[in-house]
Amino acid sequence: MSTLAWGWMRANLFKSWGDAALTLLALAFLYNVGGAFVSWALIEANWTGTPDECRAAAGACWSAVREKHRFILFGTYTYAEQWRPFAALLVFFGLVLASTWRGLWGRWLVAFWGLGFALMAWLLAGDGSILAIVPNAQWGGLPLTIMLALVGNIVALPMGILLALGRRSDMPAIRALCVAYIELIRGVPLISVLFMASVMVPLFLPEGVTTDKLLRAQIGIILFTAAYLAEVVRGGLNAIPKGHVEAAESLGLGYWRRTLLIVLPQALKIVIPPLVNSFIATFKDTSLVVVVGLYDLLNTTKTALNDPIWRSFFAEGFVAAALVYFIVCFFMSRYSQHLEVALATGRRA
Amino acid sequence: VPTDTRVRRARAAWWNHPAARALAYQALAIGGVIALAWYLIDNTLANLATRRIATGFDFLGREAGFAISEHLIDYSAEDSYARAYVVGLLNTLSVSVLGIVLATIIGVLVGIARLSSNFLVARLATAYVETLRNVPLLLQLMVWYGLLIALPGPRQALEPIAGVFLTGRGLYYPVLAAQPALGAMLALAALGALAALALYRYSRNRQLQTGAPLPLLWPAVVGSVLVPPLIAYLGAGEPLTLDRPELTGFNFTGGGALSPEFAAMLFGLVTYTATFIAEVVRAGILAVSRGQWEAARALGLQPGRTLKLVVLPQALRVIVPPLTNQYLNLTKNSSLAVGIGYPDLVSVANTTINQTGQAIEGITLMMAVYLTLSLAISLSMNWYDARPGRESR
Repeated sequence: MSTLAWGWMRANLFKSWGDAALTLLALAFLYNVGGAFVSWALIEANWTGTPDECRAAAGACWSAVREKHRFILFGTYTYAEQWRPFAALLVFFGLVLASTWRGLWGRWLVAFWGLGFALMAWLLAGDGSILAIVPNAQWGGLPLTIMLALVGNIVALPMGILLALGRRSDMPAIRALCVAYIELIRGVPLISVLFMASVMVPLFLPEGVTTDKLLRAQIGIILFTAAYLAEVVRGGLNAIPKGHVEAAESLGLGYWRRTLLIVLPQALKIVIPPLVNSFIATFKDTSLVVVVGLYDLLNTTKTALNDPIWRSFFAEGFVAAALVYFIVCFFMSRYSQHLEVALATGRRA
Repeated sequence: VPTDTRVRRARAAWWNHPAARALAYQALAIGGVIALAWYLIDNTLANLATRRIATGFDFLGREAGFAISEHLIDYSAEDSYARAYVVGLLNTLSVSVLGIVLATIIGVLVGIARLSSNFLVARLATAYVETLRNVPLLLQLMVWYGLLIALPGPRQALEPIAGVFLTGRGLYYPVLAAQPALGAMLALAALGALAALALYRYSRNRQLQTGAPLPLLWPAVVGSVLVPPLIAYLGAGEPLTLDRPELTGFNFTGGGALSPEFAAMLFGLVTYTATFIAEVVRAGILAVSRGQWEAARALGLQPGRTLKLVVLPQALRVIVPPLTNQYLNLTKNSSLAVGIGYPDLVSVANTTINQTGQAIEGITLMMAVYLTLSLAISLSMNWYDARPGRESR
């Protein structure tokens, strides 16, 4: 062993007796738990076998996931048409990748997102002539999860901005209304908002107007997300020095021009990283639509592994779904951390 | 030259006056909200009437008619809906309170571990935090629950620690049972502790006045704490006995038991929330400037004491507000219990709504309870944060 490696180990693993004990403890943990997981997931695993071959193997049965992957990813979407949600996913991830390149930031990117969004909606829903119509009751899996989170955040952002502006307003009645909304929503769990949306919205609407399950859940997610986004945006608004507002006032700009031209552009730039974090949170939270009977990624996984033949391999399905959630959330959170550093121009005390 | 020296005050039209406008906007906003509420309530009442759904909270007094698998207070299907709600609330509270305590302990340890100079420990802690925090909690709960109920039955129960049994029907563990000798022992132990405290106080005063502490202070303190209970033990016998779970017939009796639902909820909530608490703790410790560490070191404090006496007290100021948020999140996340069949408040409310059809009352009640819980946690944490001696410097 080279002296360099030995020196590194002395400094990082065996600095003192206590340190050495901790290292040994960590190694034992790694060997027992990590080793057992690796042996289950990779070494002893069965990748292509029948259920019986799987049961004979000591490790994981990935053929259960392989067998069910179409249902897990796309739910009950018409089987022959499942290239459409797949294409929609490609469009989404393409847009996400393009957005990570800051050279593209600007009007064009917004336009791209608009176009991409229309394209995804067209792919999923169909139009009846070129693409057959697939009713949204059949949508499911990963596209549904992404759609709930994406629409939830896009629609909630303007609401959140208005709520944040209202909460900082000088007008007591406006302020009180906004504070009441924000704190009410933030004080209750998402499940209760989803329940409210799913059972109370039909009661709120006049007779004859019907809404589908998906729309109701989406409304619940939007109402919930708006309150959290309001607090994120408020953080950005608070960070704008008062001098900017006063300078704009002395130039004779009215409230809306002051806000739209001076304050919001700066405030929103500051809150881009927490907005990404909020999207991650919504993405994970969409899994709660299980309780109102929608087939998002979590529910399709759960349902797929209810098949009596594969039932004993439920853990494999959940591990696969967890991997999808993890990849999306982990890379977005890393990106948001990177942005936080990259965007902190001239704001370093 | 006739000049008009009177400066004519520029008078804007009254509708351009800021105060008038503010008033108008507010009136408009309130009017809009009232109109919306009116519209919704009107529709709702019409819909309720056509669907023949009753209104009001009378249903709370009626017989619930459904069983709840876990209840901290006596409950049967003949009890009222109100009592069912209380049972659900107590279940929510028990898993939340226990969860908050355990998540705090694990979160603080992991947060400190992430900053450890030990490479392996820091990496393990990071891997734990990044993995669990990026996967939805509901998925994790379903996995833990699935794994727990897939465990073998009572006859093939796993016994990871002597006396603790893991089965697909729940977790059984020994509990301490009080014996008659307990009272005497507690009384003597209290006397001993008081004596130790008095000794310590006396020694501290003496040290302040003369510079020298009482000789043999620590042996005396330890002795006065330990000796009286020992006397009680020798005189009156065991104060506590271990009540172990025993396999009788098809299931375990005796000891304590946790249902798989409760165990999965608790484990899932704790491991998930602990990752967020770890991040809060880490950020708090990092917020304490390096100079504080260096100064403490220059004074000759050991790393452990530096953390305890210098860094953590300062880090707490940064930690408490986001920690409050995590406590609130944990409490609200306990509502995911409905996904794995733990009978919490949301499950009970859900069953009630399905049976009575009175969705509005059921959901209002549920939301009101969560709001109260959130408010209570916020207030108590604010109180903790505002105690004297904790104001920022």
